[in-house]
Amino acid sequence: MTADTKFTGQTFKSVGTRPLRPDGIDKVTGRARYGADIDLPGQLVGSILRSPHPHAAIRAINTSKAEALQGVKAVITAADLPDLTNGNKELFDILDNCMARTHVYYDGHAVAAVAAVDAVTARKALKLIKVDYEILPHVTDVDEAVAPGAPVLHKKCFTQGVEPKPKKPSNIARRSEFGHGDVDAGFAKADVIIERTFRTEQTHQGYIEPHACVASISPDGSGELWVCTQGHFVFRQHCAELLGMDVSKLRVTPTEIGGGFGGKTHVWAEPVALALSRKANRPVKLVMSRDEVFRASGPTSATSIDIRIGVTKKGRITAGDATLRYTSGPYVGMWAELGAMTSFACYDMKHVRTVGLEVLVNRPKTTAYRAPSAPMAAFAVESVIDELAGRIGMDPVDLRIRNAAKKGTRSSYGPVYGPIGIGPTLKAAKEHPHMSAPLGENQGRGMACGFWFNFGGQTCTDLNIAPDGTVSLTVGTIDVGGARASLALVAAEELGIPYDQVRTVVGDTSTLGYNDMTDGSRGTFSSSMATIMSARNAISILKERAAKMWDIPVEKVIWEDGCAKAVGKKHGNLAPLSLAEIAEAAPNTGGPIAGHNELVADGAGVSFATHICDVEVDPETGRTQVVRYTVIQDAGKAVHPTYVEGQYQGGAAQGIGWALNEEYVYGDDGRLQNAGFLDYRIPVCSDLPMIDTQILEIPNPNHPYGIRGVGETSIVPPLAAIGNAVSNAFGVRMTHVPMSAPRILAALDEAQAAASEDVETA
Amino acid sequence: MRYEAPLTTPEAVELLASAKGRVHVLAGGTDLIVRMKGGFIEPDVVVDIKRIKDMHVIRKSAAGISIGAATSCGAMGKHSVLKKAWPGVVEAANLIGSDQVQGRCTMAGNLCNASPAADSVPALIAAGAQVLIVGPRGERRLPVEKLATGPGKTSLKKGELVTAIELPPRKVRSADAYLRFTPRTEMDIAVVSAAVNLTIDRKNVITDARVALGAVAIKAIRVPAAEKALIGNTLNEETLAAVAKACSAACKPIDDKRGTVEYRTRVAGVLAKRAAQAAWTRAGGKA
Repeated sequence: MTADTKFTGQTFKSVGTRPLRPDGIDKVTGRARYGADIDLPGQLVGSILRSPHPHAAIRAINTSKAEALQGVKAVITAADLPDLTNGNKELFDILDNCMARTHVYYDGHAVAAVAAVDAVTARKALKLIKVDYEILPHVTDVDEAVAPGAPVLHKKCFTQGVEPKPKKPSNIARRSEFGHGDVDAGFAKADVIIERTFRTEQTHQGYIEPHACVASISPDGSGELWVCTQGHFVFRQHCAELLGMDVSKLRVTPTEIGGGFGGKTHVWAEPVALALSRKANRPVKLVMSRDEVFRASGPTSATSIDIRIGVTKKGRITAGDATLRYTSGPYVGMWAELGAMTSFACYDMKHVRTVGLEVLVNRPKTTAYRAPSAPMAAFAVESVIDELAGRIGMDPVDLRIRNAAKKGTRSSYGPVYGPIGIGPTLKAAKEHPHMSAPLGENQGRGMACGFWFNFGGQTCTDLNIAPDGTVSLTVGTIDVGGARASLALVAAEELGIPYDQVRTVVGDTSTLGYNDMTDGSRGTFSSSMATIMSARNAISILKERAAKMWDIPVEKVIWEDGCAKAVGKKHGNLAPLSLAEIAEAAPNTGGPIAGHNELVADGAGVSFATHICDVEVDPETGRTQVVRYTVIQDAGKAVHPTYVEGQYQGGAAQGIGWALNEEYVYGDDGRLQNAGFLDYRIPVCSDLPMIDTQILEIPNPNHPYGIRGVGETSIVPPLAAIGNAVSNAFGVRMTHVPMSAPRILAALDEAQAAASEDVETA
Repeated sequence: MRYEAPLTTPEAVELLASAKGRVHVLAGGTDLIVRMKGGFIEPDVVVDIKRIKDMHVIRKSAAGISIGAATSCGAMGKHSVLKKAWPGVVEAANLIGSDQVQGRCTMAGNLCNASPAADSVPALIAAGAQVLIVGPRGERRLPVEKLATGPGKTSLKKGELVTAIELPPRKVRSADAYLRFTPRTEMDIAVVSAAVNLTIDRKNVITDARVALGAVAIKAIRVPAAEKALIGNTLNEETLAAVAKACSAACKPIDDKRGTVEYRTRVAGVLAKRAAQAAWTRAGGKA
């Protein structure tokens, strides 16, 4: 990071306004092209055969009948995607997940695929493929997977991160530990200690657009892929490596994206589509059905978390200890590790320890879901903090304020914080009218905090000045939530021109250098940094051209309000040259004008939020409705406040769904029971209240405009905020998410039974 | 697959009677097409009844109200006479799916799909509705509760189709109500549901009552014990408790992804009690 990316405290003209997004009209009129909207001449339909078994060895696959069917142009199995991963375990897992090799590890695991002239033929062909399975014992539940005697998924899985290496294989693939101080000493100082176990069920990102791509590989070995993705450069890398292609010979063009939330950071069907195209020598379109999306792509972890926190009577947290078990599907992940890192990140703690255990189960491979792993850890920690507040008779907001991390705090996961927003969001919550509004019958109020790291990463942008002086900005980060509008605002700000004179596009992988994907809330943070630098580079060229046009030294030219201005006694009376005028003269002053930038966007500012929520519970049915919800979050600087608010609301909406209804339901047979939106219940509009937002702006010192990522943190507090609200409504501590009606009713029964027992003993 | 869209009922009957292989009637298609797209069924012949004009008519006569089999639930919600006479039936029909689905889905389809959780069926049973069936041997009428025989199965014979649903004439001081439990507010399927239809006299005594439950057995069921608890009584706490108890006792549900035996059994009683209260208030009942 260079010094000129530091925050300078400048005032803004464009940044902070709310113009319409450039992609809006096409999206609402249906013109926007999504993954399934691309069509090529001679294109085939690809379809994948999936395992109906949660765990089995593949003895043999017979594809001869399918190959003989008229209209079938290619049938592939793992043999057509040979292992080129060269000992790279992570890449091998991606390959094995895309197409099972010796074993299937979950209901929905791909075992073969066909490309045919139409969908009906492809479906018929799938039915003609015979797979000989040897069914093996399976385990889908997180606690059962770590219990003694559980079926072990991989005989060579010895827990990493444990010394000495365990003698027996297990489903615990990796152990990680974070923290500092001495937790035993910390607990010794506590007046009250609460220890509880929490569980959260597996949820899916629930993006409306299923995974879809069109792949075309030419006999010359070059290829193209059109795909809905959060990271086309990462997709290019993985696909090229898995297919044995030179990276630069695969051109990946991202389409519009109908939601990703982390689920489109990973290749699922794309290498399969490419392998089919290569074998058939025709373009292949592969679109997952909703059933396939649920069974075979991207859910987050199911978890089981033990938490212990101690506090003094005066409300100082003395120690925190957590053991977090996160499912990662059949392959090792870093999900428990992220949970362990985020658990206590909101608090200033002397003694803290967190242990993460990555648990293998016969479920689809876990992938990122918006602030991955943080919501479950926050559910556990924030629930216990609320309970502790009740036990020592302190307001839960005050208890959190008393212990909030601040500038200089050593975080529970290691780094020392710079200026951060947890304290200010808590203070804003305390003062928010929502906090003191009256509650109705059967209603309860809860609040909770959340943290997310945010990420920067490799980024580059091109800013091209068109001959008429308008600006084309090409970025390499996928726009998942209004980034094109935000980045156009940033370019307009820097160049001093109106927003509508800048058009932002997302370039394909041949247009720009490598960009990391849009994850870790990095899209606007990192691409805006590169855009500012690109614009500044363009401005220095524009100044040179103006100097040339005026025939004066470039040192006497400044850039202001979208114009080159000559300064000094000698030249100060020259009329300014507009961007359009300089652009028009470009053919005679040195040719096209552009600014480029390539950087690693370090210094993504950490992000904090506090949420307040009111619920109403029907005591006879357990049905819970969120009746009021407020999100308070630090944005650093809100470039386009409407889309920042949209991120806050979207995260809260997903969190509400997760808290109350969403869960993967597995049968005893290890098959997913609810692979569709009817029985996997994401909230619809009428399930949600209007979600109020409050944007705080605590500038990120490491960004020229003070910008922080805003996309993910908003999903972190809802599980806990709603859990606390239900608990406050009825005095029942909810420890299992989702808090579905039957679970709430059961908890109410238990509380009633306990209360009547108390009466009897009294 | 062969698709046929006849213009008259006799043509439809002829097509259904003569078709070979797997034959399905298409009304709104909100179940059939979803099942086809999901690969659960692969029909050989589909007979679309939407172009038969009579199938879209809602007709009031001395014999009651007749609703054509292709009438969309959305159209029922806009029919003021029907809504006034049978608010419970209409609210049940209008709970199916979303606004978009309402424009297509039909009660006849809901009946013939024979899901134990179908929303309109408990309300129709409580209403004492009949289905008009036309087949190669002419017309016959059947109480709605006798149409479904189990999940996905009906008593319709080869060549037969439901052409209308008939609601009986309405007595004064009568009303019905339907309630269901779903985790979501809409676009959901009943975990358990209850319908109550009752008539009261000038003294607020219930003179007639029918109670039905959905999603608690292999098909929607009538609960005579709950009806007995209502008839001859006014609606007080005691009556409501008896209704709830009778309904819970009548449940024979299963554990599945949508709910447990215990939950369904308990909430059936809660919903029946609340539906009875709503029907009573609509009928003009006063405590």
